[in-house]
Amino acid sequence: MSGHDSKYFSTTKKGEIPELKEELNSQYKDKKKDAVKKVIAAMTVGKDVSSLFTDVVNCMQTENLELKKLVYLYLINYAKSQPDLAILAVNTFVKDSQDPNPLIRALAVRTMGCIRVDKITEYLCDPLQRCLKDDDPYVRKTAAICVAKLYDINAELVEDRGFLDTLKDLISDNNPMVVANAVAALAEIQETSTRPIFEITSHTLTKLLTALNECTEWGQVFILDALSRYKAADAREAENIVERVTPRLQHANCAVVLSAVKMILQQMELITSTDVVRNLCKKMAPPLVTLLSAEPEIQYVALRNINLIVQKRPTILAHEIKVFFCKYNDPIYVKMEKLEIMIKLASDRNIDQVLLEFKEYATEVDVDFVRKAVRAIGRCAIKLERAAERCISVLLELIKIKVNYVVQEAIIVIKDIFRRYPNTYESIIATLCESLDTLDEPEAKASMIWIIGEYAERIDNADELLESFLESFPEEPAMVQLQLLTATVKLFLKKPTEGPQQMIQVVLNNATVETDNPDLRDRAYIYWRLLSTDPEAAKDVVLAEKPVIGDDSNSIESSLLDELLANIPTLSSVYHKPPEAFVSRAKSTSARPDDEEYTDAIETSYSEWPSSSVDSAAVTSTSSPVAHSVAKQPGQVAAAPAPTSPPAPVPDLLGDLIGLDNALIPVDQPAAPSGPPLPILLPTSTGQGLQISAQLVRRDGQIFYSLLFENSSQMVLDGFMIQFNKNTLGLAAAGQLQVAPLQPGASARTLLPMVAFQNVSAGPPNTLLQVAVKNNQQPVWYFNDKLSLHIFFSEDGRMERANFLETWKSLPDSNEVTKDLPGAIIHNMDATVEHLAEANVFFVAKRRNANKEILYMSAKGPRGVPLLIELTGSVGVPGVNCAVKTPSPEVAPLFFEAMDTLLK
Amino acid sequence: MPVAASAIYFLNLRGDVLINRLYRDDVGGNMVDAFRMHIMQTKELGTCPVRQIGGCSFFYMRISNVYIVIVVSSNANVACAFKFVVEAVALFKSYFGGAFDEDAIRNNFVLIYELLDEIMDFGYPQNLSPEILKLYITQEGVRSPFSSKTSDKAVPNATLQVTGAVGWRREGLAYKKNEVFLDIVESVNLLMSSKGSVLRCDVTGKILMKCFLSGMPDLKLGLNDKIGLEKESQLKSRPMKSGKTIELDDVTFHQCVNLTRFNSEKTVSFVPPDGEFELMKYRITEGVNLPFRVLPTIKELGRTRLEVNVKVKSVFGAKMFALGVVVKVPVPKQTAKTSFQVTSGRAKYNASIDCLVWKIRKFPGQTEATMSAEVELISTMAEKKPWTRPPIQMEFQVPMFTASGLRVRFLKVWEKSGYNTVEWVRYITKAGSYEIRC
Repeated sequence: MSGHDSKYFSTTKKGEIPELKEELNSQYKDKKKDAVKKVIAAMTVGKDVSSLFTDVVNCMQTENLELKKLVYLYLINYAKSQPDLAILAVNTFVKDSQDPNPLIRALAVRTMGCIRVDKITEYLCDPLQRCLKDDDPYVRKTAAICVAKLYDINAELVEDRGFLDTLKDLISDNNPMVVANAVAALAEIQETSTRPIFEITSHTLTKLLTALNECTEWGQVFILDALSRYKAADAREAENIVERVTPRLQHANCAVVLSAVKMILQQMELITSTDVVRNLCKKMAPPLVTLLSAEPEIQYVALRNINLIVQKRPTILAHEIKVFFCKYNDPIYVKMEKLEIMIKLASDRNIDQVLLEFKEYATEVDVDFVRKAVRAIGRCAIKLERAAERCISVLLELIKIKVNYVVQEAIIVIKDIFRRYPNTYESIIATLCESLDTLDEPEAKASMIWIIGEYAERIDNADELLESFLESFPEEPAMVQLQLLTATVKLFLKKPTEGPQQMIQVVLNNATVETDNPDLRDRAYIYWRLLSTDPEAAKDVVLAEKPVIGDDSNSIESSLLDELLANIPTLSSVYHKPPEAFVSRAKSTSARPDDEEYTDAIETSYSEWPSSSVDSAAVTSTSSPVAHSVAKQPGQVAAAPAPTSPPAPVPDLLGDLIGLDNALIPVDQPAAPSGPPLPILLPTSTGQGLQISAQLVRRDGQIFYSLLFENSSQMVLDGFMIQFNKNTLGLAAAGQLQVAPLQPGASARTLLPMVAFQNVSAGPPNTLLQVAVKNNQQPVWYFNDKLSLHIFFSEDGRMERANFLETWKSLPDSNEVTKDLPGAIIHNMDATVEHLAEANVFFVAKRRNANKEILYMSAKGPRGVPLLIELTGSVGVPGVNCAVKTPSPEVAPLFFEAMDTLLK
Repeated sequence: MPVAASAIYFLNLRGDVLINRLYRDDVGGNMVDAFRMHIMQTKELGTCPVRQIGGCSFFYMRISNVYIVIVVSSNANVACAFKFVVEAVALFKSYFGGAFDEDAIRNNFVLIYELLDEIMDFGYPQNLSPEILKLYITQEGVRSPFSSKTSDKAVPNATLQVTGAVGWRREGLAYKKNEVFLDIVESVNLLMSSKGSVLRCDVTGKILMKCFLSGMPDLKLGLNDKIGLEKESQLKSRPMKSGKTIELDDVTFHQCVNLTRFNSEKTVSFVPPDGEFELMKYRITEGVNLPFRVLPTIKELGRTRLEVNVKVKSVFGAKMFALGVVVKVPVPKQTAKTSFQVTSGRAKYNASIDCLVWKIRKFPGQTEATMSAEVELISTMAEKKPWTRPPIQMEFQVPMFTASGLRVRFLKVWEKSGYNTVEWVRYITKAGSYEIRC
């Protein structure tokens, strides 16, 4: 039964295009047809066959319908690139639109509507007018959609020719499919227009509800979607509508079911009778559950929508929690969504069953799923007061399995439980403390430290526990440092004995003098001042009662929720975002003159880092105990030992990798490039005589890590190796570190080539680059460096003015991020521009506005992401306002750091 | 806006475009590159079927060795889009006669282009009924007996049928022998805890129909479902006959079934499409007859040995039997050696899925079978985490058995010519996701 078209894909040895040309002009029909098929095959695989335009169009006048369709397909693809030649096709189109065969009439109009060339559009109007009133419903239904096409190309033309009125007349057509397509076309036109074009009166409503019974499944979707905008006058009308729509819930097509659900939910708002509402809820549950036996992709769409529905009407599925239990073989995206819904449906009645399920999931293989399951237990504990104890006992059981990530996740949620139910479950702290050593993720560590600080008075050895963390204070991520600081202060206030007193001094010193993190430093200074001036006031501030946190599982704010529910089952309801947040097309009444460029801009604007991932809507459970907002740090691979500690055994980070191919093997010749002094990252005092200075640099379009080793110890150091921890930009060594054995008193410089996006860390972007260096004589040294985005700016980042403007316009405003750089300064316009150009930030335009200079610049960031920059400032006055617009706004923080550095 | 797609791409596993069709102008022709770069070549693949990249959203599905990708830039109807893909694939299959894969697409690309032009217009799905489309879209590959001589007269008729109220059946069909085949196919889904309590259990059934009927027949199907029977006795005002009735949680119907009538009278009446189609789907959760009980015991003897004991009992009628019974018992990755004892069938260790696979070709009702196995493990130094025991999975088919207890009471056929029809009914129950935790 199968065709054999694949032969058309095989290429011949001779120049293909001339050969095809010859065949297309053949007098034999079969040969001609085969040639057109070959052209289409070539077009499919992406070859440019536009040069055959005239020859293909010449085949258009044929009796053979199949051949005609192929030629039309070719025209749709290439007419835009050959607008002058497209006119050749017009005659045939017009002729075809009057063909006795309705299939050909419809085909002609359908195809003309797809060709967005002015010359064709001009000629479309007359045939379209005829076809809208054709005797054959097939032609009318095609023409109805064609009006929407024409409106998209040239709205004025549609209005001038009165097509809208004809289209409205089609709503009363006797053929259901014509009605459905007319409704679809009108709804679309209404969407792009600000004027009222398609208003649904109670009269149209009745007509359309009647048509619903006879429509194809898709037609039912069009009609239901259009009708969902209708606002019923009163409860009675709403009930009537619902009654007409409910039978649709039994349809086999998921789109029909979901559109019907949307419409019923909308009308339910007006219905006052509780009986009716309860009855409707009962009717909607089974069809929603049935959607979960569809294809996994459809299940996903259904689950995202059900998530919204249960937030609005929790009763609908209150008794159906079992159907959301995960099957072992469900795809991960289905499992994650089911988990979300299980949390929302968990109640005192079913919590035991739900906990058993969560516990089961917490032993599965997929780490992300396991973590989410553990978090789910915590969220249930916070949501259901009476079940909190049972939840905690499950968490404790899980902690006993001693799977590292389960333990850490459990501790994070237990911290939230403590905040929700203060002074209730502290008896379990002892168990938690047993797992102290295994914690290596910042969030888990920070949570544990918070618990110790908060309950310092009940933990006998709180000071010892905290002290064990203090040793590595400088290496800890910011969120852990902040918690350590607060916890130590709490401990000191609660137990002002000698031990804590010493500790507080170490911490305050570390957190003020030794750090360059402003959040940490400011908080430390505040504590310091509080403690030194008025310890009682400090107590009031630091040990104040915290507000109890609540359950945020119904997290979408109600007006947004209503908007999302009105958008079932569109992208908006899947993303849980209003349509404006991701649809870049703005409403406009006039046709867009810059149409072509507009779409091109969209094409180039997709980003490396998707500006928003779907699951970002899945909110993490509860607010963090951290009083100040702290950027979440990415997970670290290994805890760094304190610089003052005795040589520690080599941790896994390096140990595992040394055996690998890209491991660090020493080579004897030293590379000694000269250059400006590098910042010292490992001082001699810390490095037992070894000093390391390093900086990321860009040379000839490549990124290098420039390193300087100075040996002031008493021994020869050799066997240098280097390793980079996961970081936001995924920088890693591209080759081996080449440092010759370093004699006492000697120094060596080297340039280490780097590659990006090798080991990208999760979490929000930050500038931390953690480096580990080892040699054969000393322990592993760890130090932190800063990533600066500007070394990623590539040399081809220059943008033409026009291109800049288009790209700027094509990006939604939400992609623009602004920041004041108080330390930056423009000393001299030309010098700054020149200086920035050296760093591959290119000048586009400038203007003056109220004594301020405004500079527009462009750069190309990592993975070719365009960065459109606007700098506002006065020459010679410190403080520059920097705005950046990019498809990947999440790089903005990194970008500002880079600009800050460049403009210093 | 019920737009379902701005563009549709068919890609092979390497990401080469097999066929594409742009329906709307709001997405660029090269958006598929973004899909390749940001989804296919990353770990994202398979983590979420709906993704936003830049200004565009991508919906994708994998069917055999083909990715079908839909691109949109507006707030499109996602359910509509996925359902469209599912139905389009069914349509292509019906045209190619079975398989839908890379080769089938290449071999029929002209036909697919033609169909894509017909089944969607400007992103709005149109009629996708194979039955009707085959009236006027024909290629060498397919020769429907009715269209071998495409007379000019047949075509205008076709357009009326595409858009008609019975958009799924063509007129003027004639069969010498009028036959209807009904297949009731049920899949039992079970999730049982290790202690033998049923955590979740439901049956999803479908009624497949094959019609070879002349003219425009009206059909009415009667099942032993409670609501339908109650309504019937109420309408005829006579008491309900005793006998087993079942409660359907939910039913969904093929578009040929008159839903309004079902809603008011609870009867399934319809004008069927010609040939094979899925008449309805249903789901029940109460009163499911599980065909098999599984009693597993898995003991970990020290760190290197496991003792597995699985007993399977068939609890359906003694005269019936199950076919193709497969029990998959998961074992740890570091399994080295296994030995088995089975009372029937064959068991072996399959390392690629880390399971002991026990197969029994024919399993009579009201009997039981056991498998005991000894599993030796390689002792490993780094036991990072304990073995997470995945559930035991089971496959089977039981002919002439319905786990729900559903029965077809009658199938009435009315046609104005008043011919007689022969009706055939078959029942079969299969394992859906039949899992027993251990």
